[in-house]
Amino acid sequence: MATFFGEVLSVYSRAVEEEDEDIVENEEDEEIRRELEKKREVNLLWSPEILQSLTSGNKLQCSDFILAVGHNAASFLSAYVLSSSNWDAVGRASVWNERSRAVAGQSSEDSACVFYRHKDNPSVLICRVTCYIAEDQLFQWAEKVFDCVQHRGLNVTVLSDSSVADYKTENYLSSSSAPFLRSLHTTAFSDQPVCQSLEQPNIVTGLPAAVLNHCQVHCIAAAVYQCYSDVIGPDSVTMETYTPVLTKLGKVMQLVQPPSTDVLSKFVRSTDIQSNLYI
Amino acid sequence: MFVSSQNSPPVFKDFTLVMPAVAVGNVGQLAVDLIVSTLNMSRVGYMHTDCLIPMAGNNPYSTSKEDAEELHTPAEVYTAAELKLAVLQIRAPIIQTKSKRFRQQLVSWIKASGFSRTVVLSSSHAYQRDDQQLQGSPLRYLVTPSLLGVSADALKELGWREMERTPAFPGVTDTDAEPRLSIPGGGITKGLYSDSCAEDLPLAVLLLFCSEGDNIPDAFALVNHLNDWLHLLDNQDQAPKNKWKIPTSWSLLFGSGIPPALF
Repeated sequence: MATFFGEVLSVYSRAVEEEDEDIVENEEDEEIRRELEKKREVNLLWSPEILQSLTSGNKLQCSDFILAVGHNAASFLSAYVLSSSNWDAVGRASVWNERSRAVAGQSSEDSACVFYRHKDNPSVLICRVTCYIAEDQLFQWAEKVFDCVQHRGLNVTVLSDSSVADYKTENYLSSSSAPFLRSLHTTAFSDQPVCQSLEQPNIVTGLPAAVLNHCQVHCIAAAVYQCYSDVIGPDSVTMETYTPVLTKLGKVMQLVQPPSTDVLSKFVRSTDIQSNLYI
Repeated sequence: MFVSSQNSPPVFKDFTLVMPAVAVGNVGQLAVDLIVSTLNMSRVGYMHTDCLIPMAGNNPYSTSKEDAEELHTPAEVYTAAELKLAVLQIRAPIIQTKSKRFRQQLVSWIKASGFSRTVVLSSSHAYQRDDQQLQGSPLRYLVTPSLLGVSADALKELGWREMERTPAFPGVTDTDAEPRLSIPGGGITKGLYSDSCAEDLPLAVLLLFCSEGDNIPDAFALVNHLNDWLHLLDNQDQAPKNKWKIPTSWSLLFGSGIPPALF
């Protein structure tokens, strides 16, 4: 596109990427593409006991599945729930994409997406996701995980971090209102959400959306609690915003007494500092 | 791909299907929103596919508190049985590497459902028009051979212009460069049209030349043109006649409210 000043700008559309005409690919290109696709596959790695159960055709008996997406949501579960040490790590998902960073001496996938099961009540499953799952992997993640879990009587709760900059509202939000929770739930969810419903025209994207889509289509009761925060990294105030959700789930698992500031600060400090721009 | 949201699967035989292409300005999708909202169509199922980027939100067409909290997914099918009309709304971009597969899934579903005709609402970059396209109406249509037989008269009467085939490299005189169909910014439109010709599906494309920006007027223009052909609003008793209803989700399209302290 030419502008008034004679420069040429490349115009882009917010809706479409320019589609490549059906390029005739040679075999080498096709093979590279196939290998890339394979590398990007989501792989679920379960403990031997669960793997054996799944391969013999028995899905995981699960009444409650709690998923935390994002650092604050995941740290909240770690500090308030998993720290009680009544939980076994029973599996993980390995997800590779362009944002996976190889950390020296440790596979970056190890702690990025882990499944935990309650020792006394094995029908409660928790999953913490702190890695980035790419757009083309989201659907696959949801399909593969829910394929392992039996659907009857299943209740899914998703805690998800989001930035208040993504929240659209007519009345300008002053900084004192963040962090706050908003909910979305499937038709099958008959309970009362613990907070206000997400107003138009806001939407949920990413892993929480993929989970909601899967649950809606398969008539599974699911609720997403999206926390809009004005802090980029892990933050104890943001983490505390999720507390009403677990109070609701209290009958299913015990909430640890609000963790001490020492425990909380451990989670706040433990992530890598991506850049020193905002220190 | 299609999953019914009701107890029994819906019957689409002899229905007209209207669907958008995710294209420049999202004009097709906005036009479809107007159709669903105005005709008060009900959802009958989901297109559950890995080819679209996941998203979820509350009911974008809600009119009251009662129906506000209903979850909606990236691709859903709505019907207005009395008009024998079905509408597929697509709310998310197609994952780039999966566009061919998405087209294949769509074509299979259209064939299996027995739609009497399919209309794809789309758009194309206005800045890529050639000299002759710059003049006159920005509306264009395309029709597959199997639909042409049935609708030729109606289309002639409407006086619409068929989408021109343009040379790949204008100005370069080369006997090999045949004028070909090109819909820049149209997403899967061209591919879907070609696939439908190959599969002998009755399919029409209705597109508008436009640019990114406030595309609401474009959506109205497109949906009014569609109405001139399909007469969707004829049975509406609401007054004023021929008025399209804007859905509640069309708010804050350009961002949140402005902080008062800014001024």
